[in-house]
Amino acid sequence: MGLDTRRVETGVDVSPSSSESWVTTRLDFLVNWGRANSLWPMPFGTACCAIEFMATAASKFDLARFGMERMSFSPRQADVLICAGRVPFKLAPVIRRIWQQMPQPKWSIAMGACASSGNGIFDNYAVVQGIDTIIPVDVYVPGCPPRPEGLMYGIMMLQEKVKKERMADKSLRNEMEPDPSSQLYIPPQLIDELSENFGNSVHQTRSGL
Amino acid sequence: MSEAFLPVLAGHAEASEVAPPSTPRNVPYRGGAANPSADALRAQFGDAIHRVDVVWAETTVYVDRARVAEIVRWLHDDPQQRYDYCSDITAVEFRDLDRPIEVVWHLRSLPFRRFIRLKALLPKGQPLVVPSVYDIYRGADWLERECYDMFGIRFEGHPDLRRLLMWEQYKEGYPLRKDFPLRGRFSRSEQLRQILAQNPEAKYSMEELTVLEAFNDLPGDMRQRLGKGEQVGE
Repeated sequence: MGLDTRRVETGVDVSPSSSESWVTTRLDFLVNWGRANSLWPMPFGTACCAIEFMATAASKFDLARFGMERMSFSPRQADVLICAGRVPFKLAPVIRRIWQQMPQPKWSIAMGACASSGNGIFDNYAVVQGIDTIIPVDVYVPGCPPRPEGLMYGIMMLQEKVKKERMADKSLRNEMEPDPSSQLYIPPQLIDELSENFGNSVHQTRSGL
Repeated sequence: MSEAFLPVLAGHAEASEVAPPSTPRNVPYRGGAANPSADALRAQFGDAIHRVDVVWAETTVYVDRARVAEIVRWLHDDPQQRYDYCSDITAVEFRDLDRPIEVVWHLRSLPFRRFIRLKALLPKGQPLVVPSVYDIYRGADWLERECYDMFGIRFEGHPDLRRLLMWEQYKEGYPLRKDFPLRGRFSRSEQLRQILAQNPEAKYSMEELTVLEAFNDLPGDMRQRLGKGEQVGE
């Protein structure tokens, strides 16, 4: 096969003699290798981060090197949702619906400070304080907006994450709403109370007069 | 809407000896020359015109709030005024509790190259109601809806006064009012719970999105051109 006969770190074994054409590997490795190198992004650009995202996809930075040149403007054919920009409350059910429409396996990247945490300056009545309050997020890219290198670094981190997944672990693909009757469910009032002193992006309780 | 579309040439109604517009220089802060429409308004409406301010050569006319629609209609229709473009409708609330809320109309006369700003005062503690100018300018539709959404000012005569920016079931009040807390009245979890319960598709009616129905509202010459099918490419 023209490959070296050494054992490759990533888990591919090739035949000892180059005249035989077979290769052994783990299925996990093969599947994850394929998935990580053909992530199709669903761009959800709402603000200036989307401009940087376009720059990342354009020729100078060339997102195609990561197998992501195919922007999927339909969530049905997308693998990774890249939320670039702030999300107002009115858009919250929309991004939630897009996430629900994406088939498994799927990942998401919160690009920039607004999508990650609300960015402080948008700590007001209209803006969601981080999209992790609506959908699960795999990689947070800091910056306001991040440079294309930053986004590419985030994408490479996501690829690392994808390569470490195991098919046997079904819990990765579980989509679960906390059942109000279960132990997992915490009432919103209790979350407010618990998180009051921390002021993190997930539970802002300073909304009162 | 069947007549052919006529482009409006800015300033074409002015006398021919008027010089073309240039950047004004040495404009006084207050007390410059008022827009000639202000005097015409005084002559026409008398008591309904409360005060005329000229700041940086822009004329602001304070008018009686009950007669706004009538005044705007006259400004639009009178052949010596012809304010054919309503560029903005908004409101101002001041920190001072005694100061009334101001509703502002920005009108522009393209044929005469004039700009005028109308203001109506709405004292606090009274119902915030002004007449709608929707019948005069169709473009006032969303401007008035936005003003209602953000300040809670009701425009009487508007056919469809709903919230525009916030969702229609928004329960927290009017966000640009001074007594509205910056982060809203509800906690973040409650805000998220309410918005995630919304159905995104419910906000659009298919009638608004039908292109074929909008076709009949186009000007006649454009309909004729599009009816033949547009030529694409070489």
